[in-house]
Amino acid sequence: MTTVAGSSEFYLAQFSAAEGHLPGHDTPWAAAWRRNALNRFRELGFPGHRDEDWKYTSVKALEKQPFDSVLEPSSHLALTDIERLIPAGVECIRIVFVNGHFSRALSDTAAMPAGADVSSLATKLRDEPAAVQSLLENSPTVFRNGFGALNAAFMTDGVFIRLAPRTVLKRPIWLLFISGDQDRAITSQCRNVIVADTDSQATIVEHYSTTGGKATFTNSVTSITVNDNARVTHIKLQQENTTGFHFSEIDVTQNRDSFYHSHSVALGAALARTDIRVTLQAEGAECRLDGLYMGDGRQHVDHHTRVDHVKPHGKSTEYYKGVLNGNARGVFNGKVVVHEQAQKTDSSQTNRNLLLSRNAEIDTKPELEIYADDVKCAHGATIGQLDDDAIFYLRSRGVDEALARNLLTFAFVDDVIRRIEIAPLRKQLEQTILNRLPAGTSLRGLV
Amino acid sequence: MLSIKDLHVSVAGKPIVNGIDLEIKAGEVHAIMGPNGSGKSTLAHVLAGRSGYEVTRGTVTYMGKDLLALSPDERAHEGVFLAFQYPVEIPGVNNIYMLKAGLNAIRRHHGEEELDAVDFLSLVREKMKIVDMDESLMSRSVNEGFSGGEKKRNEIFQMAVLEPRLAVLDETDSGLDIDALKIVAGGVNKLRNKDRAIILVTHYQRLLDYIVPDKVHVLAHGRIQRTGDKSLALELEKHGYGWIESKAGAA
Repeated sequence: MTTVAGSSEFYLAQFSAAEGHLPGHDTPWAAAWRRNALNRFRELGFPGHRDEDWKYTSVKALEKQPFDSVLEPSSHLALTDIERLIPAGVECIRIVFVNGHFSRALSDTAAMPAGADVSSLATKLRDEPAAVQSLLENSPTVFRNGFGALNAAFMTDGVFIRLAPRTVLKRPIWLLFISGDQDRAITSQCRNVIVADTDSQATIVEHYSTTGGKATFTNSVTSITVNDNARVTHIKLQQENTTGFHFSEIDVTQNRDSFYHSHSVALGAALARTDIRVTLQAEGAECRLDGLYMGDGRQHVDHHTRVDHVKPHGKSTEYYKGVLNGNARGVFNGKVVVHEQAQKTDSSQTNRNLLLSRNAEIDTKPELEIYADDVKCAHGATIGQLDDDAIFYLRSRGVDEALARNLLTFAFVDDVIRRIEIAPLRKQLEQTILNRLPAGTSLRGLV
Repeated sequence: MLSIKDLHVSVAGKPIVNGIDLEIKAGEVHAIMGPNGSGKSTLAHVLAGRSGYEVTRGTVTYMGKDLLALSPDERAHEGVFLAFQYPVEIPGVNNIYMLKAGLNAIRRHHGEEELDAVDFLSLVREKMKIVDMDESLMSRSVNEGFSGGEKKRNEIFQMAVLEPRLAVLDETDSGLDIDALKIVAGGVNKLRNKDRAIILVTHYQRLLDYIVPDKVHVLAHGRIQRTGDKSLALELEKHGYGWIESKAGAA
């Protein structure tokens, strides 16, 4: 039997050469954790069509080519390359990873307040491994699917953030992950570990971008723990170029009265999949999941979300919108599970899709499982085209058809963008979206 | 200005308008009255260029041009305006932005310079007075959350800004209380002038107490059954539409 160029065998074969370079290799528990993850990856491999969670998203294209791991940091980027990626006017704590490795030269952590323990995960594993041991060992992300297991085995770096009780970050922490190489296809495997302790508050941006001409394979995992009464806003921006394969898992655990607000904006990559799982494991926790995905050409963009209400008085609100053009394909699967003890749960879920072309496609599936008897749950999904009555109304006022369509498409999308609280980012995303619309420049002056 | 000859229109294969002839000159106000299903709203939509209406026979000439060959936006550029019976709510599209885009497209079409934001806003403020429009409505999305009366006022306000040559007001009076009706009618009267023709499509004679038309046409079964001056409307009110319909049936 011949092995496919980028199949699971390829990564399994690379591990022994890579192992000695990976962070934590000289710490026995960490080395064991990686080996365990590798074995799990050997069992699972990459997900296939038979896996219900991957029914509409095939990763065969990813398996067709090998992606090399970059084992040593080597930044070829200048500050000017990355500054244009972050919207002007955003004052943030900037932490940059290039091809899966922290870049001190490109980062700016001067404004870090006391109470925020922030470092690269590789540094943490070297200097203070005990601080991350249980967080890594207990993370369920290693076992759920092949991507999570592969990430644990090959993880080169990522961010570690621990906010001490009552720490309030005034500026967002902007995590910028840039991948790409001029000469070879590479993979970046980062793992982020974030803990917000009691009464702390922060906004964290997780931003993926690519550079260079060759294909990239991003495989990231972010674990977030939001402890009692803490508040975390988490904005994920996926703006890779269309040679990118992007897989990302976000695993959130919420404690009593905590608040987690996620925004997932997926605009790029050839194939992108984001999994967000939130467990409301204590009373009174609330999460909001907002999302926007846009696809054109042959892009494929998939979001799977799952919220587990485990205890009473939890609240979850989900609002996802998608716009698909050309031959693009979107997938949305949103599952809410209300466990037996989770009385007084208040949950709502909305997924709206706009198909701009005949060949665009969306598979949407909201799912609700309820085991408690005193709950309020609503969910719904819609798929549609632009409203002909609205187009005619605008045209009757002198607005030409192309502009009318753009106005309506933009309005559909902007409804989600406006939920983002960082004004310069909102502005930049609006501009990016205008530039993507056919003849979007006709909307000049709109934003 | 507008010449309709032997117009026949079908909707989904069903004939609705069965031979309308109508001549309207600049400066005139024509009222088109008729019962439900008489074809009066269909006529309004065909003039504005809505899709789904098939002209099976006849011609519509507007300012020397074949109106039916123009797209809805081209008609607007040429000065045709439709005030909708049911104005569409468009969440996320700002009222002012839509009007500015529309007005500047019309100005470009006539080789005029586009208005900048400052000039446009002062124009808007001036025109808002015509229908006593609340400024807070301006920054909202098109018709979103507007009351019935606010929607109709917004239509006339848009007409004031876009300054059409031919305005077709489709049941702009329907559903209005008397105060709102007076405001809307007052706005229309302020917009009457010697260069502009107005077609009032209405179900009710009441509107004509406030806007006095030059001519009244009564439509039934897709044809104009009677044409007269405003006294025809009074007669109609006295006898009801049954009077016209029975005559049409007998003819």
